[in-house]
Amino acid sequence: MSKKPAQSLTLFLLLAPAILWLGLLIVLPHVEILVLSFSERVAPRVYAFGFGNYLEFFTEPLYWRTFARTATMSIIVTALTLVLAFPIALYIARVARGRLKAMLLLLCLLPFWVSELVRTLGWMMLLRETGVISYVLQAIGVTDQRIEFLYNDGAVILGLVYGGLLFMIVPLANALESLEPSVVEAGFDLGGSRWTVLRRIVIPHAMPGIVAGSIIVFMLTVGNFATPVLLGGKNGLWFTEQIYAQFITRFNWPQGAAFGMLLLVLSSAIVWAGLRLTGQSLGTTLKQA
Amino acid sequence: MNHPPLAWKLYIAAFYIFLFSPLLVVAIFAFNASPFPSPPWKGFTLDWFIGSGSTFGKPGVLVDPIWLDTIANSFKVAVPVALLAVMIGTVNAWVLERAEFPGKTFLSMMMLWPLVIPGVVLGISILAFFSRVANGLEDWLQTDLDFLRPGLPLVVLGQLSFILTISTLIIAARLRKFDRSLEEAAFDLGASRARVLRTVTLPFLSPALIGAGLVSLLMSFENFNTTLMLVGSEPPLPITMYGQMREGATPAINAVSLLLMLGVGGIVSVFALTSKAER
Repeated sequence: MSKKPAQSLTLFLLLAPAILWLGLLIVLPHVEILVLSFSERVAPRVYAFGFGNYLEFFTEPLYWRTFARTATMSIIVTALTLVLAFPIALYIARVARGRLKAMLLLLCLLPFWVSELVRTLGWMMLLRETGVISYVLQAIGVTDQRIEFLYNDGAVILGLVYGGLLFMIVPLANALESLEPSVVEAGFDLGGSRWTVLRRIVIPHAMPGIVAGSIIVFMLTVGNFATPVLLGGKNGLWFTEQIYAQFITRFNWPQGAAFGMLLLVLSSAIVWAGLRLTGQSLGTTLKQA
Repeated sequence: MNHPPLAWKLYIAAFYIFLFSPLLVVAIFAFNASPFPSPPWKGFTLDWFIGSGSTFGKPGVLVDPIWLDTIANSFKVAVPVALLAVMIGTVNAWVLERAEFPGKTFLSMMMLWPLVIPGVVLGISILAFFSRVANGLEDWLQTDLDFLRPGLPLVVLGQLSFILTISTLIIAARLRKFDRSLEEAAFDLGASRARVLRTVTLPFLSPALIGAGLVSLLMSFENFNTTLMLVGSEPPLPITMYGQMREGATPAINAVSLLLMLGVGGIVSVFALTSKAER
């Protein structure tokens, strides 16, 4: 590594933006909330080191229940998204050809370029008591009263699955794309049923895509804010809402920082476990997506 | 699998209806002559775009100062974010593709990291860190440093924290395809380093630079989670929309959504064209 001073100066200048970015916007802020999460208020404007914020989380049922609810609902959403997206991805990758294929993929992409809030607005207008679905059901005589479809867990799951679909379809379709047709034919020739071929050949081949899609959908779902709050209303109870409440509404930053760390740990733990279970690495997973 | 079962085709059709129904509903009810964004259909109107407010008590989006200000705020954030994302992203891409130094693998992993951090956590961590910095500096310098407090400059920083990853990846992918013998040829012909960069390398990169800029612009315009934590008294568009949706909105919100969809459609088509040119 014997370099001219000019060269190492150039390297330093090239590295400077990346170091400033990662240092000032990522690493130090996370150190800050880690430190903040371990500080307790002992008197007005006086803080001391302590585990109080984390104890508060475990002793106050609202907090840990919201946390557990967010985690389980996110797993349900991820599983549902996978099941719903798989036939679409399989169709796009294996059946559709030429223009139709490009068309189907483009049509999938379009809604997801539109703001999350616009999509959520659409669901609110469809589902609410005075909304389109309720109105149509009444008009065709299925019901004689207005029906509220909004502000329940079903609406939250629907909105979150909708928001996650694209991030599942694209990695799945990419993974299925490389499946050799001859391998599938061989499976049928050897007497495999459709189901056996799907289970023994297609799904194992799609595994990298399944893992990548599931991880991305889970992360986006756990970290979502607008969809559960707007579609779930008071029953939304999402953990990000608790972070917001502590930081912005109650101005209890140490508590909010502890919640933030817990969310980060939950999100990272599931990502790590998913990668571990299937023996994939983060770099290749993100490339799939 | 040449003849897919009918059930499968029906499922595909149902899926695409499901995919577009919320967007369609939003678009259609932007033209409903009713004070509420819900059925029944009361006739076609453009009042929610250009109405003066005489019919429904609330003016249309394009004449309402509340909506115009919030759209302006979004641009005040998105334009600097996009410009900085392209400039810094280009330097980062150069570091990833051209430079050799110890710890490069670690740095490239670090650059991916922001993508796995929930947006809300990015927001609160930047809020807390910059408040501490502001407190420290203000005590020291004895002056107010408002740009480190919640507000548009902090929103720009918050959004950059993860948009930089995206712009870096887009530009690095293009730089990887560059045939370096082109640069060498230019050097052999006697061009200076700056001239080679200007006449050979940057023109090759330009589709990716435009693409990264547009994607950054869009992501900034539509970001909600991180922005929510860092916003001050000047809300960008998604924050205003969120507030209105909680309180119960007029069809003006449909009108603004439709404009947003058209804008996004325009940007995506430009992006599609530039990426076609890339091939």
